[in-house]
Amino acid sequence: MKLPLSEHRYGEHGVVLPPERSDANDALDVDLDRRRQLYRSMREMRTFEKRAYDLFMKQLVKGTSHLSLGMEAIAAGFGAAMREDDYTFATYRGHAHTLARGVPMTPVLAELLGRANGLMGGKGGSMHLTSVEHGMMGSYAIIGAHLTIANGAAWSAQYRGSGQVAVCFFGDGTTNIGAFHEALNYAAVYRLPVVFVCENNLYMEYTSIHDITAVPHPAADRAPAYGLESIVIDGNDADEVHLAAVTALDRARSGQGPSLVEALTYRHGGHSRADPGKYRPSEEVEAWKAYDPLTVYRERLVRLGVSEDELDAIDASVLALVDAATEGAIAGELPSPESAFTDVWADGGWSWRN
Amino acid sequence: MAQLSYRDAVARGIAQEMRRDERVVVVGEDIAGAGGVFKTTVGLLDEFGPKRVLDTPISEQAILGAAMGAAMTGLRPVAEIMFSDFFAVCWDIVVNQIAKTRYMTDGQVSLPLVIKTGNGGGLRFGAQHSQSIENWAMAVPGLKVVTPSTAEDVVGLMAAAIRDEDPVIFCEHKGLYASKGEVPDGEIVDSLGTAKIRRPGRDATILALGMMVPRALAAAEDLATRGIDAEVIDVRSLVPLDTRTILGSVARTGRLFTVEENPQLLGWGAEIASIVADEAFWDLDGPVQRITTPHIPLPSADSLEDLVMPSAESVASTVEKALQS
Ligand SMILES: Cc1ncc(C[n+]2csc(CCOP(=O)(O)OP(=O)(O)O)c2C)c(N)n1
Ligand SMILES: [Mg+2]
Repeated sequence: MKLPLSEHRYGEHGVVLPPERSDANDALDVDLDRRRQLYRSMREMRTFEKRAYDLFMKQLVKGTSHLSLGMEAIAAGFGAAMREDDYTFATYRGHAHTLARGVPMTPVLAELLGRANGLMGGKGGSMHLTSVEHGMMGSYAIIGAHLTIANGAAWSAQYRGSGQVAVCFFGDGTTNIGAFHEALNYAAVYRLPVVFVCENNLYMEYTSIHDITAVPHPAADRAPAYGLESIVIDGNDADEVHLAAVTALDRARSGQGPSLVEALTYRHGGHSRADPGKYRPSEEVEAWKAYDPLTVYRERLVRLGVSEDELDAIDASVLALVDAATEGAIAGELPSPESAFTDVWADGGWSWRN
Repeated sequence: MAQLSYRDAVARGIAQEMRRDERVVVVGEDIAGAGGVFKTTVGLLDEFGPKRVLDTPISEQAILGAAMGAAMTGLRPVAEIMFSDFFAVCWDIVVNQIAKTRYMTDGQVSLPLVIKTGNGGGLRFGAQHSQSIENWAMAVPGLKVVTPSTAEDVVGLMAAAIRDEDPVIFCEHKGLYASKGEVPDGEIVDSLGTAKIRRPGRDATILALGMMVPRALAAAEDLATRGIDAEVIDVRSLVPLDTRTILGSVARTGRLFTVEENPQLLGWGAEIASIVADEAFWDLDGPVQRITTPHIPLPSADSLEDLVMPSAESVASTVEKALQS
């Protein structure tokens, strides 16, 4: 392997193209109703995030936000495989993972807009979406930390004998921080019921993952160091993701310990809203945009006999949902000033002295 | 009533809570089979078994992350960070994750966990194994911080920390582990956020924490032989802080001294001095004086470490000089 930035200049890294389109995965063992559900779930994520982007451009969403446009198959495929009481741990790029657990759109969008009817009353924002009642145990914005926290939830599930599994999503860049390695060893040592999912979108923020990583597969090539199988999947194929998720979740639930899944994917936009993503070769961007998980999947469903009309109807009903969420979020009140001073402590307040 | 060492009191407090609450679990490096490098968890593995008392890899982030994830899903973990200096390698989990998550989630998440740690100097361990980190932790909204100075307080405050719904940093002073004290039989449960007047006095208030408490008491005895009657308050809990006890004492004595085992810059005494200046200025008969370590890492050689740490002598002479001027 070529060692990256010592041998070429920034931005001159190799182009990584998506897999060739094929209908081979049409034959995967996923029934048609589940496939309809996966399509709908991806459409919800896509439409929701496009709307979030529009609201951003209208300066209704403040601060920053990190979209996973183009990466929906991973969130949908895992979401559909999880038990209702399983735990999700996500990153700042966590809108899709939140929706995947059935969290309603209005409070999510309202949280992005900083409104009182937001999921966390406006106190967390886009990067920290959490809905404990849906098993969405949080979105974390310091690289690597939440892998260790997911272990804790898995440990507690194991201790209580509840059969719950923790699923933890993170990016390729996260495989180079210490917490990733601590967490994997820890999970393996105690055989924790946890599934680590590396969403390898080929870039950390603005640097190619291949330019700063000593092995070609940032997650899968590290797996053997922790006694785990190397697993690389097509993260833009919802069926392939879903089946990998079912396998990993079963393994965890049946006491066989953790898995590390590397799902190859690509983000359609920049890292965050401020980033035009110019550091990516245009032929790479074009090829991956053409290998869009929604396009790939819609074509599959049509080949399998689902009518265009039915798919259009799904799209229309999702759009109506997003429209309603937009209205509900924009109509939301601003948070009350008092709410800034609640819930530092379990007694509900913020006082540190008598 | 029995004599108990400060070190054994740690295990007694944890065991007391583990007996009554199955959700209490203990994790850390060398804490199970070996009973802890400071022997503060001896006997827990035998009594409660490997499911509740776990030896971990040397992975401070993984230890505290696991404690956090377990606390948010129904357990009440006690995690050990062997030396408090090692907080520096897992500070993200403490400050960004544990401290902020209840607030950021608008109260959806509770984090009833305790991080116990060997803190403080005096053992000639050098600069990377001797720090006092209370003032790092108390600066972060969302963390409670306690430092007991007696065996009885170790048991009672540990119980209170474990029962508390919020994360508590529990600083055990390494220099006190071998010290012994009378501890009542039966269950002991103290309360966080309460200071204790260890020695009442009329002429000056001396605040101290951890190993500085016995030094302040020794200084007070010495001062008494010279006609100065000093009140010594064991602060015990920095967050929540018992300002009422402190302000009440200052109202009686008119003079305030803090004895701190940390550099002067932003030590806990600075915050208390500021509160007293704001709220009890007219009670003061003279300036607040802080006795701290200088702004240096702690040296290893015994002669140097003794030189830079507050001692009974330096406390007594500072108080005496101030009251005479
Ligand atoms: C400890 C830490 N270092 C740096 C950052 C800044 N940062 C935020 S996202 C990011 C890139 C992460 O890349 P990756 O893990 O591939 O996730 P992606 O954003 O591609 O989903 C960086 C460097 C951070 N949040 N935390
Ligand atoms: Mg990435």
